Amino acid sequence: MPADTVNAVSRRHALKCLAYGGAGTLFTLAGGVLTPANLARAAAKGAGPATAGIPLFVQISDTHIGFSKDANPDVAGTLTQTVELFNAMPDRPDMVIHTGDITHLSKPAEFDTAALLLSKLRVTELHTTPGEHDVADATASEYFSRYGKPSGNRGYYSFDHHGVHFVGLINVLQFKANSLASLGAEQLEWLEADLKGRSASTPVVVFAHMPMWNIYEPWGWGTADAGQAMGYLRRFGSVTVLNGHIHQIVQKVEGHITFHTARSTAYPQPVAGTAPGPGPLKVPPDRLPKMLGVSMVSFRPHPGLLTLADRTLA
Amino acid sequence: MSRRPAMLTLWLGLAAAVPARAVDPAGPAATIEIRDFAFAPRTLTIVVGTTVTWRNRDEEPHTVRGTDEVVRSGALDQNEAYSFRFDKPGTYHYGCSIHPQMSGTIVVQ
Repeated sequence: MPADTVNAVSRRHALKCLAYGGAGTLFTLAGGVLTPANLARAAAKGAGPATAGIPLFVQISDTHIGFSKDANPDVAGTLTQTVELFNAMPDRPDMVIHTGDITHLSKPAEFDTAALLLSKLRVTELHTTPGEHDVADATASEYFSRYGKPSGNRGYYSFDHHGVHFVGLINVLQFKANSLASLGAEQLEWLEADLKGRSASTPVVVFAHMPMWNIYEPWGWGTADAGQAMGYLRRFGSVTVLNGHIHQIVQKVEGHITFHTARSTAYPQPVAGTAPGPGPLKVPPDRLPKMLGVSMVSFRPHPGLLTLADRTLA
Repeated sequence: MSRRPAMLTLWLGLAAAVPARAVDPAGPAATIEIRDFAFAPRTLTIVVGTTVTWRNRDEEPHTVRGTDEVVRSGALDQNEAYSFRFDKPGTYHYGCSIHPQMSGTIVVQ
């Protein structure tokens, strides 16, 4: 209907202006389907126009249960704060995706503590993909014995939620020493088949632990064969790729594909190349909660638009 | 069934096939320090029968994982160690499964 069309256009225009107004926010509008926006400012003020839409899910990452060193001696405490932040959200979605490093050392007791804390999330669905810290036990079996079912112990799987197609990938098992992690031929073959035949207008969310683009190779911040996966995703009008691993926000937009890494709930890590390695970054205690947080993704069915908002613990 | 449990079974099978991998205190020994996201020394030459011990000095955990999947530690937290006795000559490449940028080589003569 004409009135709806006008409204849709003006809404798009309004969002575009808002996104441009956000400090350092990347924005693209291609085919009217994709708007990534850093909405931390709007979230801090409460629900604004940009946070409207269907709350789709919240991404939690790098909880590192078991870590107890100076950078954060109480990671269970900050995860509890994260759960409380989520449960208190006025626009709380019904799903959480954990993008890995649930535990620090893949120990059974760490998985037990994490499961107990995460069970307090008021959600109907909790999805996970492992980080390399979750599969560091010699047999890589602790994670799969607890979270392997949805993927048939392969680590990769897909599902649909509110009209959005979700793809969970695993990029922490296959790598050669002195090179980047990879997805592997078998998983890529599955991904190609999973996406084949789906309408290009279906919004797609891809989640995996390690960055799906090359952020900093000397620290292993990338996925060697991610480019092949992007080849299968490029035809879709809206693709959101969410990763963890680097404990800080880095984002990029490439055509219709938005890449975004989430903060940790445990401790920050240095900016690429500013330390001997990607270890825990010690910050003053009052700064820590400002560097921990989650990412929220909302969805507008018309015109199929996903928005990203990052929220910190303080 | 998926491939994953099959791989796990294979690893367990290998572990079961070589149970006598414990450290022999009487045999030759060598140590590799893991520090600042690197194995030191990165290349180590030893004689057959040497037990190599890797000790992690970083706050960040590391693992020792051979490309042959026989040398295979769990997660080593700070100051934890893993030992393996090399009974066959050859060149063994390994890395850390948490940090793919790390690598090392053991030459057994």
